[in-house]
Amino acid sequence: MTQEIKTIPFTYEALSQLKMSEGVLELQIGPAHAGSGHMRIVAWVEGDTVVKVDPDIGFVHRGVEKLSEDRIYIKAIPMVERPSLVDTVNANLGYVMALERLLGIEPPPRAQYIRVITAEISRIMSHLYGIAIYGIFMGSSTVFMWAMADREPFIDLLQELTGARITYSHIIPGGVRWDLPKDFAENAEIALKYLENRTKDYEKVWINNPVVVARSMGVGKLSAEGAIRLGVVGPNLRASGVKYDIRKEEPYAAYEEFDFEVPTFKEGDSYSRLLQRVEEIKQSIHIIRQALKRLPDGKIIYEDYYKRMSPLMKKIYDEKGRVKFTLMLTSLSPPKGEAVSRVEGGRGEMFYYLVSDGGKAPYRFRVVTPSFRNLPFFTHVMPGHKLADIPVIYGSIDYFPPEADR
Amino acid sequence: MSSEQLEKLSGLLGGTAKVAYNERSNLIRIEVERGELRNVAVQLRDYGFDHCSSVTVVDYPKEDLMEVVWHLSSYSRSEVSRYTIGLVTSVSRSKPEVASLTDVWESALFLERETHEMFGVNFVGHPDLRPLLLPEELMGTWPLRKDYQLKKKREDVFKKGGASL
Repeated sequence: MTQEIKTIPFTYEALSQLKMSEGVLELQIGPAHAGSGHMRIVAWVEGDTVVKVDPDIGFVHRGVEKLSEDRIYIKAIPMVERPSLVDTVNANLGYVMALERLLGIEPPPRAQYIRVITAEISRIMSHLYGIAIYGIFMGSSTVFMWAMADREPFIDLLQELTGARITYSHIIPGGVRWDLPKDFAENAEIALKYLENRTKDYEKVWINNPVVVARSMGVGKLSAEGAIRLGVVGPNLRASGVKYDIRKEEPYAAYEEFDFEVPTFKEGDSYSRLLQRVEEIKQSIHIIRQALKRLPDGKIIYEDYYKRMSPLMKKIYDEKGRVKFTLMLTSLSPPKGEAVSRVEGGRGEMFYYLVSDGGKAPYRFRVVTPSFRNLPFFTHVMPGHKLADIPVIYGSIDYFPPEADR
Repeated sequence: MSSEQLEKLSGLLGGTAKVAYNERSNLIRIEVERGELRNVAVQLRDYGFDHCSSVTVVDYPKEDLMEVVWHLSSYSRSEVSRYTIGLVTSVSRSKPEVASLTDVWESALFLERETHEMFGVNFVGHPDLRPLLLPEELMGTWPLRKDYQLKKKREDVFKKGGASL
């Protein structure tokens, strides 16, 4: 027996009859990783135009703040690193700076320089990751593969220093855990030269590509006033023409001693946010070269901590340039008080707030990450654009859900 | 910040605001009464502190109070851009209610929303206090308050394993 199958003819007239009465459709993008990251973007569309966007985040919330209030101070170091997995050094540095301000200690100059070197390497990796994600969101798997692969020389550099590929936990209160290996400067120069040559390839294939220019120029515009009002951070803020970089405004580590520019763009569109990252990579290369050239001699850990080490620990430090976790570091209990620290991470300002009651664990620990502060891009910038522009804007702001959710 | 600048700032904010400077963190702590909050906030915004970088609460169950803290800094006024303001006001734990400052700083929208779900502070005048990071069923448990029992469970686990905190 044959059954009659009723089919809807695939024509424009038939489809337009299925349209909702108000003419506005609710569209769910995500939360499974369908080009949204581990988040859901709820978009209301009228025809092809986005009228309203509601970011639904929290799918990868870990509760870093609560967990840290339950552990000794140094155990929070791995936890602050995990959310911003492609920019771990800066997250690590920000937390340790807040802790050092509570403790009232200052690391020696060599440790400060090593911090700058690793932080800048981390920034380069973060920006390359951002460019890679931007590439794949615009449909270019070539650029995705290129940028991901070009992080490798830098991962190798830090792997040689710390033994880990991404999660280093290298910065500790009072200094850093390992001194630079002997051939670090040479290897770093090879990696930096390689990247410099590669940026020319990127310019040819990606940045000056007519498709990229057509799809991203003028898309996702945010004015300087808007960026200030919404409080967005980092390269996204500077691409809108606001010259603000924590490394210049409130210099930390050894940044005051280096000569570098803060690039800005006036347009504030997706294309200038891409250019912004490329320009910042160039500045980072410049900073690393200066730091390696002028790297001072001396200890890599706070002098007083070194003095209080046991003879065996001192021997390990002197022979291998390596700081072991001693009782002194595991039993830190800063005096009562509060401290704030801000660092310029790859994606922007990372904010840390620590309150101590004199105990062994933080009484209150607050961390605000750049991706969370860039959330207004969804609610305020995406509406008014075509649906096809959502991936472009999303890719250009370098949003990273685990970092936003913490 | 020099003492002159500090005096000028506290004079600007009126007599009731308590201003203290933490030099290590470049942090200016401004404590205000709940009623004065909005006036002081508007003064600070007009002074140049144009955005909000964090909103949070420090919970003190023994004293029965919660300190709501807005951290502010400045993009547009370069001579104060190195400082962070900690604008602090205290609310009681039994009825945590405070005015929302989202109409003063639009950048506080998501930050206040997060603080609401984590601590149960009711920001009066906030346009959108739906849960943000937490699932809806956790709403009302206020997990970042000090009396939320996370530590006890952890200690039990660790006692069995024999390790310490």
